[in-house]
Amino acid sequence: MTLSSPDEYQKNTIMNEQIITVQNLVKKFGSFTANDNLTFDVYRGEIFGFLGANGAGKTTALRILCGLSAPTSGEVKVAGFDIYRETEKIKKNIGYMSQKFSLYEDLTIAENIQLYAGIYGISSKKRKAKMAELLKNLELESAKNKLIAGLPLGWKQKLAFSVAIFHEPKIVFLDEPTGGVDPITRRRFWDLIYEAASNGITVFVTTHYMDEAEYCDRVSIMDAGKIEALDTPAKLKEKYNAKNMDEVFIQIAR
Amino acid sequence: MIEVKNISKSYKKTSALQNISLEVQESELFGLIGPDGAGKTTLMRILMTLLLPDSGDATINGLNVVTDFKKIRHIVGYMPGRFSLYQDLSVEENLSFFATVFGTTVEENYDLIRDIYYQIEPFKKRRAGKLSGGMKQKLALSCALIHSPKILVLDEPTTGVDAVSRKEFWEMLKKLQQKGITIFVSTPYMDEAILCDQVALIQNGKILDVDSPKRITEKFQRKIIRMRSDEMFRLINDLRKFKKAESVFAFGQYVHFTGINDDVEESELDLYLEKLNHKNVLVEEIPPEIEDVFMNLMKQ
Repeated sequence: MTLSSPDEYQKNTIMNEQIITVQNLVKKFGSFTANDNLTFDVYRGEIFGFLGANGAGKTTALRILCGLSAPTSGEVKVAGFDIYRETEKIKKNIGYMSQKFSLYEDLTIAENIQLYAGIYGISSKKRKAKMAELLKNLELESAKNKLIAGLPLGWKQKLAFSVAIFHEPKIVFLDEPTGGVDPITRRRFWDLIYEAASNGITVFVTTHYMDEAEYCDRVSIMDAGKIEALDTPAKLKEKYNAKNMDEVFIQIAR
Repeated sequence: MIEVKNISKSYKKTSALQNISLEVQESELFGLIGPDGAGKTTLMRILMTLLLPDSGDATINGLNVVTDFKKIRHIVGYMPGRFSLYQDLSVEENLSFFATVFGTTVEENYDLIRDIYYQIEPFKKRRAGKLSGGMKQKLALSCALIHSPKILVLDEPTTGVDAVSRKEFWEMLKKLQQKGITIFVSTPYMDEAILCDQVALIQNGKILDVDSPKRITEKFQRKIIRMRSDEMFRLINDLRKFKKAESVFAFGQYVHFTGINDDVEESELDLYLEKLNHKNVLVEEIPPEIEDVFMNLMKQ
């Protein structure tokens, strides 16, 4: 990738700031090594694709980075905080969204936003302004008093993402956020991801859609607990002499 | 082998299927392609005699899904989305349970499942609940096949499965098809459509089209232009501002563009992007993919 345009240059300067650093991360469950000596950095504002076959150790690593599980050994810092001693600070500085969208089905759209804003300690004045802005952006103003349970999947997905970044975290973790949604909704969702990244939020995303791997700034591919490849999609395709990321993935994970 | 005529089904006020018709021929690999909530599972459950339609008719191998439900259950193998395995039985216990229920033995039909089952045989004493996702999938498939069904029905077998395992799973399906089994499979992954002989595209309870994947893309008359530049996000945004743009969507490493009409020339787009200082620009017309067609049909 050349640094020819101003945008590209700017993005790369932001990308000099490390937001996640992982050194020699090991996680064992009994005699089974789920994460085998992982070392990588993620930069501010980056869209970082975290790929791997089922059972490769992605979820284990993701849980550690979110402060939900302690590593067996290794050094990990997330948003500048230590993964062993400062997990609560980490949780305040990250957002998380899974495929199961952690929204409360029996609360309305507005109530869900209020709940999350409350949990993250956002003042009521700020909350009102931000909520109005969010509902406007998602074109959900007229639907704000509807229960989550009856909403189309695409709405739930957009809302779950917006709620996950409502407290303006430094990093948002997305665990297979687009599974099962229709092709248009899936692409609209990536518009939101791009927008968040351009606002300086680091996006750490797992997916099984290989076309989505192409949308990431950099991609890591795990196999059997190890990171087997980590680079930009363009460089990975070059290195593995592959037409697309699907071919890269299959060469590494098969 | 499967005939569906004007099937409709509602749950209270929600209409799940609206006047669905399709036909699956013997020994065909038929794909039901659509997102979550499209009605795929409802249709499969009706065909598997587990749910009654509100109206319409469906037959499997000439047997009616409402009146001949007992006979149908003997000739179909069904793998639901959440595998119907007994979590507290071991791998081999699950298999022999399903064989016994259908009045057969594991030995009698072992040939059919050999290629799949040998991969999990080393773990045959392990409880199903303790298996990895991939192994559960192989066991569930073995259990669905152990009574040697004429038709295999699989509800989203590859959802949440990684790209490598998905590829391997489709290779298994192809092998089963070669043994003469008719396969009816649903998936939300558009790229799997090309692996089927025939597909039905389904969205919001309606069939958008039924045909071979090749015919579906050939019938599509719109001009698709794909583009690439060094800055993909800016490229998408700039193209959406282009006054003759109708739809602009990311497609992996490219952007697919359709104009307000098909007279939009590649040279116009080239010029437009050059003015906006895009570097390493590629603009070319391409034949549509299934996903292009699906997205276009969705909007109508």
